[in-house]
Amino acid sequence: MSVTAAFFYLFAGITVASAFLVIASRNPVHAVLFLILAFVNAAGLFVLLGAEFLAMILVVVYVGAVAVLFLFVIMLLDIDFASLRQGVLQYLPIGATVGVIFLVELILVVTTYAVDPALLAAEPVVGEVPVMTNTAALGSVLYTRYVYFFQLAGLILLVAMIGAIVLTLRERVGTKRQDAVRQGLRTKEEAIGMTSPPIGKGLGKGLGSGLGSGLGSGSPAPARPREDA
Amino acid sequence: MIGLTHFLTVAAILFTLGVVGIFLNRRNVIVILMSIELILLAVNINLVAFSAFLNDIVGQVFALFVLTVAAAEAAIGLAILVIFFRNRGTIAVEDINTMKG
Repeated sequence: MSVTAAFFYLFAGITVASAFLVIASRNPVHAVLFLILAFVNAAGLFVLLGAEFLAMILVVVYVGAVAVLFLFVIMLLDIDFASLRQGVLQYLPIGATVGVIFLVELILVVTTYAVDPALLAAEPVVGEVPVMTNTAALGSVLYTRYVYFFQLAGLILLVAMIGAIVLTLRERVGTKRQDAVRQGLRTKEEAIGMTSPPIGKGLGKGLGSGLGSGLGSGSPAPARPREDA
Repeated sequence: MIGLTHFLTVAAILFTLGVVGIFLNRRNVIVILMSIELILLAVNINLVAFSAFLNDIVGQVFALFVLTVAAAEAAIGLAILVIFFRNRGTIAVEDINTMKG
């Protein structure tokens, strides 16, 4: 057994085992950690296939962003996960039946499927030193033939980002925020008032309420009138 | 010698585990989202394996796009999950029936 085969069985075995533990573990935090393990080992499989760039992207994007996002949401929400696990045994028979049928069908397709030998004979990338590095080869087609698809992928990410922000943004009541439009629309007359109250009487109520009427809770504090003696 | 069939078999097992995970954790949306990630990973393994063995880089370009869409889907799905939990106080799937006619 060559080194490549040994590493293939190592990566494949850990990937499949941790994928099983993702769906079987009771604690969702453990499930996310096993998901990370599965993705890292899948990145190892990608390296074996000669797709180094995708392997690194898989580690960076999934382990660095998506899995951490999952962890964040799980720890942020106060969820009783034990109660969510209760129906598992009830769904086990149908799940196992569908899974076994599906797996047998897929394995039958995969093992009886034959690629045209002429295509396979066209010197596979695996195990050979390529003329161009994988990243350079990917970039040479991604930015030329598939540039519109690349832009579209960026657009999808932009829409996802704006959508996630808009969905989760919560307008809190009672917080003070700067409202630039209202601030700009204020005139001198409604913001500033001159008064000369008699000594010892202080500022009457009339002026203070008159100034405050045009100001909501979100506006900056009104300018205090000068108390001329 | 590790051939195309080996990689396709691993991808098939991963895909099946993802589908079974959706069936088993029918109450927990977070694990369902993780199962979808497993399914997309299996698809990516298939694409990269064919790309490597047929000596065609386009499969890896497509896998990159699948990765992009998977990341966007996870972000949007978790955002919906957060606002649903904020409104209803639960993430059990059978309680999500507000839009049922």
